[in-house]
Amino acid sequence: MSAELPTQDEIESRYTKLGREAEEGGYHLNPDREFTKNLVRGLLVNEKRYGYPSCPCRISFGIREEDRDIICPCDYRDPDLDQYNACYCALYVSEDVLKKHLSVGSIPERRPTRSERKAAAVKKSGPLNDTELLYPVWRCRVCGYLCARESPPLVCPVCKATKDRFERFI
Amino acid sequence: MNQMKMEHVPGKVKGTITLFALSTCGWCAKTKALLHELGVDHYYVFVDLLPPEELEEAIREVEKFNPHGSFPTLVINNGTRVIIGFKEQEIREALG
Ligand code: SF4
Repeated sequence: MSAELPTQDEIESRYTKLGREAEEGGYHLNPDREFTKNLVRGLLVNEKRYGYPSCPCRISFGIREEDRDIICPCDYRDPDLDQYNACYCALYVSEDVLKKHLSVGSIPERRPTRSERKAAAVKKSGPLNDTELLYPVWRCRVCGYLCARESPPLVCPVCKATKDRFERFI
Repeated sequence: MNQMKMEHVPGKVKGTITLFALSTCGWCAKTKALLHELGVDHYYVFVDLLPPEELEEAIREVEKFNPHGSFPTLVINNGTRVIIGFKEQEIREALG
């Protein structure tokens, strides 16, 4: 699996961009710069390898539909920030980590196992009951943003997740 | 198990120690560095760098020891002990 490696400049500029976007959205990057830049490097490696920035701490087969939940920021970031003060990779940390100088560590994997994911995919493919709605309601799986319109926005206005990260909510 | 290409790092022999890791993951890097620091003989593989046709088999191997198939997974003596994630204390205690 060879793909060109990200340059130092690419790492720096993505690091800056992610940091800015995080702060704008009320999120925070891990203050351990070296550790964090290494993860940003991993994100860029995956982006070059698979075409999307899948989680650097999770394995990918390079199939976007199977990886939608682990495109960074993943579906598990926010619950992990709430419970453990950090996302699974510890790229993002809670405000408490910054304020109270908490240390973060390796946390349990929240993503369901492969067999659980397969079972869930089969279950979910049934059609939703059509209620009397004028528009369907879409939910961003990353941040929970809801909107009622024919189809989800191209990019979530809150957390910048792409259209395919939305699920039909009602 | 070892048809997969594993790197061997020579050192003090404390059993058969195999680290399944990803080249992009921060906790994997810390685990690898800790094994180095402890100077224990071990094998490791960066699963994300394997050729695509070997990926499925490698993940199944990890899932045998860790149903989540997550990384890092440290397997000691063919699964007598399995340490999932970067658990510094636990690793030091098991291999120090
Ligand atoms: S937010 Fe999720 S995908 Fe992104 S680095 Fe953290 S754990 Fe990985």
